[in-house]
Amino acid sequence: MKELMLGNKALARGLYEAGCSVASSYPGTPSTEVTEEIAKYRDIYSEWAPNEKVAMETAYGAALAGKRSMCAMKHVGMNVAADPMYTASYTGVNAGMVIVVADDAGMHSSQNEQDSRHHAIASKLPMLEPSDSAEAIAFAKAAYGISEAYDTPVIIKMCTRIAHSQSVVETGERVCPQQKPYEKNPAKYLMTPANAIRRHPIVEERTKALVQLGNECMFGDIRLNRIEWAEDRDLPGEDVPNAPMPVEEGMGRIGVICDSTCYQYVKEVYGDSIDVLKIGLVNPLPTTLIKDFAASVDEVWVIEELDPIIENHCRMMGIQVHGKDILPMEMEYSQNLLREAMGMDVPASAALEEAIPPRPPVMCAGCPHRGLFYTLHQHNVRVMGDIGCYTLGGAPPLFAMDNNLCMGASVSMLHGFNKACGKESEQNTVAVIGDSTFLHSGMTSLADIAYNRSNSTVIILDNSITGMTGHQQNPATGFDIHGDPAGRIDLESLVRSMGIDRVRVVDPYDLAQCDEAITQELAAEAPSVIISRRPCALLKTVGGQKVVHSRPLVNDPAKCVGCKSCMRIGCPAISMKEKKAVIDRTQCIGCGVCQQLCRFDALVSGS
Amino acid sequence: METKNIMIVGVGGQGSLLASKLLGYLLLKEGYDVKVSEVHGMSQRGGSVVTYVRFGDKVYSPIIDRGEADYIVSFEEMEAARYLPYLKEGGRIVTNTQQIDPMPVITGASAYPEKLIEKLEEKGAQVDAMDCLTLAEEAGSSKAVNIVLMGRLSKYFDIPAEKWQQAIEALVPEKFREVNLKAFALGRG
Repeated sequence: MKELMLGNKALARGLYEAGCSVASSYPGTPSTEVTEEIAKYRDIYSEWAPNEKVAMETAYGAALAGKRSMCAMKHVGMNVAADPMYTASYTGVNAGMVIVVADDAGMHSSQNEQDSRHHAIASKLPMLEPSDSAEAIAFAKAAYGISEAYDTPVIIKMCTRIAHSQSVVETGERVCPQQKPYEKNPAKYLMTPANAIRRHPIVEERTKALVQLGNECMFGDIRLNRIEWAEDRDLPGEDVPNAPMPVEEGMGRIGVICDSTCYQYVKEVYGDSIDVLKIGLVNPLPTTLIKDFAASVDEVWVIEELDPIIENHCRMMGIQVHGKDILPMEMEYSQNLLREAMGMDVPASAALEEAIPPRPPVMCAGCPHRGLFYTLHQHNVRVMGDIGCYTLGGAPPLFAMDNNLCMGASVSMLHGFNKACGKESEQNTVAVIGDSTFLHSGMTSLADIAYNRSNSTVIILDNSITGMTGHQQNPATGFDIHGDPAGRIDLESLVRSMGIDRVRVVDPYDLAQCDEAITQELAAEAPSVIISRRPCALLKTVGGQKVVHSRPLVNDPAKCVGCKSCMRIGCPAISMKEKKAVIDRTQCIGCGVCQQLCRFDALVSGS
Repeated sequence: METKNIMIVGVGGQGSLLASKLLGYLLLKEGYDVKVSEVHGMSQRGGSVVTYVRFGDKVYSPIIDRGEADYIVSFEEMEAARYLPYLKEGGRIVTNTQQIDPMPVITGASAYPEKLIEKLEEKGAQVDAMDCLTLAEEAGSSKAVNIVLMGRLSKYFDIPAEKWQQAIEALVPEKFREVNLKAFALGRG
């Protein structure tokens, strides 16, 4: 039966059908739904790991044990997991192992737009790139086959548009191969220099064999690379061969080489009017296939988002191509972007003369981070930031974040800043980090503070969930990926056991409490941790208990003088109408932070 | 058939995912090739959100570009204006007249633009504007704005109302079915 399926869900479906048995991931947009969907298949063991490195090592361990495994991450997560990945390339696997990475060209939800294909090249791992949901299912199956046939982990690269687009698929049955026996084999798996030296040439030979696979295009009945000749070509038969076509003199034929979502844009603009080489196995890239294709046309265009990977490969083979000389290195492509680059007309469109005010994402009404960030803003301190919903605290009117870098960096950046500047910095700088981010990689940074003693003040924003990516459990929530009871790390005990004596918990809805804690801990001549604890306002249950919010507040217009004090917290539920504050009842959850700023007692609990 | 394009725009959290799910389900049942492109992650936190729905004999690109949308369905008035450049010449905007202040308006950095519907019509757009929130509340839930909008959009399609209603029945949990069918009827008018 045909159905519409999200790219990430289709990939999960393909992995399931191909017999994936163990899945371990850390959430990250746009990769999260792959693992969330995998978790719905209860015959796959699935989990959220504390970070991507742990997830990859878990998946590797399972593959070593003889069961097909997967791990998924966003592009920057692959940096965290790079260490095991590069050596897993040397050891190979036992049963198949698939690494899913989702890039975010256009930075819809990311701090950079690095191109993960570089990781595939550098780690010498094969990488497949589907162009729609149906191909995501097919490539998942091919990935396990390639992984076992060529003894290597296989990367499947998604991007935002493929991951978060629904297209038509047909699903199949799950075929689960028998568990492969594990055999101790130090020469293959124990990467001492002596053994690794012998493994490296095997990796190089494997790459040569994979280049040949790319040239041949087919893995079993799954087409990895394909040429779609233009409709005006005189084709020899139904099944289009990859063999070169004669160049017809004077035709000025353009041939396009593309991958991923760019294939869709090319077909949207040109239909079947030009020759297209669609690359699905993007690492290693084919050689003779590209040469033959280039020889069949007068001019080759390479259309790929972000970096010129295919383009540079063509140039290395001595093929002259157009690519980044006319197309951008940054942001997502689209059909109009191609039309403009190719000198074609774009559809006419209208716009209003006046500017429409932007609508940036904001912290939700009742967000527990707001009270804490308001207090930091009042103290006018430097704030080393981190990755999560709370990064929105850097926006106006709170402006309560100076920087961010990567998961966990707030804590170590604070340590470095304090070591560089001493007391002045120690009394005027804090780090803020979410509970999930702290457990991801803030713990090791805190170990540095505890060990090398900087008088740093770290604030853990514990909202009892991984928020930004859509509410995933983590090791501090006490629940697993299915919402079932699980082990729970106690943050206070963890921090104390590292040697931090000054640990205190505050309620971020209580501004006086936040103020006192920040004042005292900044002044203290010792490392300290403040845990700002309140569940995410969007959670419907916490710890198995249903969340009941307070009544929405209302503004008493007789008391309100229109001073806008309540507006200073940047709550989306408060606006000014006719010089009086108005509270949106549909958004307000009665957190009471604005109430504490009103000197006229105008904000009261509604009936 | 040439590919048709519907853009659904609004504010994160307003329920545009159900609207695109409904359209995708219905159009696939009608035998079209369909692609639906959504937004997840950070922009969902009260930001401006866009969903693309494309259908036809064969759909390639998952996104809709400037000047390509046959319909823009907007959950909020200013969002309809923001995405006007995506409307095809002579295309139609179906919009809720609800106004939700974005943060720059809340902080006083900018003002909410006035008389937007008139301005959109001056630019050649066919605008069908209605107070969907009131109609949704009349149907029994303020959350049914999405289905009120789908009801109105359905007027411009050759697909019979029963097919839309069947799609709603297939996708909405039983306890919300009546509210949503009523919202659809009120939107369709």
